[in-house]
Amino acid sequence: MNEISPPQIVLITGASRGIGLYLTQYYLDKGYIVIGCSRSPSSITHEHYTHFCLDVTDEKAVKSLFSQIRKSYKRLDVLINNAGIAAMNHAMLTPLSTVEKVFSTNVFASFLFCREAVKLMRKRHFGRIINFSTVAVPLALEGEAIYAASKSAVETLTQILAKEFADFGVTVNALGPTPILTDLIKNVPAEKLEKLLERQSIKRYGEMADVSNIIDFYMQPQSQFVTGQVLYLGGA
Amino acid sequence: MITYEQVIELIYSAIDELNASSDNKAVIKQEDTALYGESSSLDSVDLVNVLLSLEEALEDEFEVELVIVNEKALSQKNSPFRTVSTLASYVADEVNSQ
Repeated sequence: MNEISPPQIVLITGASRGIGLYLTQYYLDKGYIVIGCSRSPSSITHEHYTHFCLDVTDEKAVKSLFSQIRKSYKRLDVLINNAGIAAMNHAMLTPLSTVEKVFSTNVFASFLFCREAVKLMRKRHFGRIINFSTVAVPLALEGEAIYAASKSAVETLTQILAKEFADFGVTVNALGPTPILTDLIKNVPAEKLEKLLERQSIKRYGEMADVSNIIDFYMQPQSQFVTGQVLYLGGA
Repeated sequence: MITYEQVIELIYSAIDELNASSDNKAVIKQEDTALYGESSSLDSVDLVNVLLSLEEALEDEFEVELVIVNEKALSQKNSPFRTVSTLASYVADEVNSQ
């Protein structure tokens, strides 16, 4: 069963800010039923939007979220694993507690959501999971050792889960955005960002629409043969 | 409290779900049906589906949250996943000791 009947149910993590907030509004506008979660409340009120305030690293809260999705909708079609935190600092000045926090949100929580999502998706033998990497991985950016290492782990998860979930009709892919002007990079010096843009093939900031374009591609039914891939924006 | 017989019924429902999802699958609902190993007609994906359906049924019908495949289950000398009967005994014990 690879054909999907609308409206599709989309779950977006980190939905209250930045790319997550944009994607929430974008998919609501396209007629999807969207479930969002983040630590803080959402500014969006929409008849097809439900928001859950939770910490994505809290296994009990996450399991309860999926239990409620199962009871309310009996299905999940798309998971957009957007929640993430950055840590940009010289390795010698990075406390272990920061490393743990970054890995906890970027890697452990991504895994947790993938695991719970596929349990729901297996029933209809259809699902799309989209994870977030970064151009900091292929560019091996100095000052981003921990952030990039955590996203490398997300890429490996994506590639292996793609194999493990294929039997359940679920694809798992990732995208690696370039810097986009969001909260995530608000503390990065402009000069450093300019230098980073110079290393891209197309030397400009990413736009939100660049991100949703890739997610649309991964989500469409015709992409059922596309899995385990990481697509970097900007030619990184 | 949950009885062995109640878990057996939940496993049979999970097997019904599995059989319904495939045209050529007909796992027999008996206590000695092998779920795992060479004599089993289930492949690894089938077993995953049965265990996940069982976890959901435990939550829906008995309000019990149980992760069936945990370190304890995997470290047992005799796997609890061998047959319908061994799985039912294991799950009933786990739920009742919670």
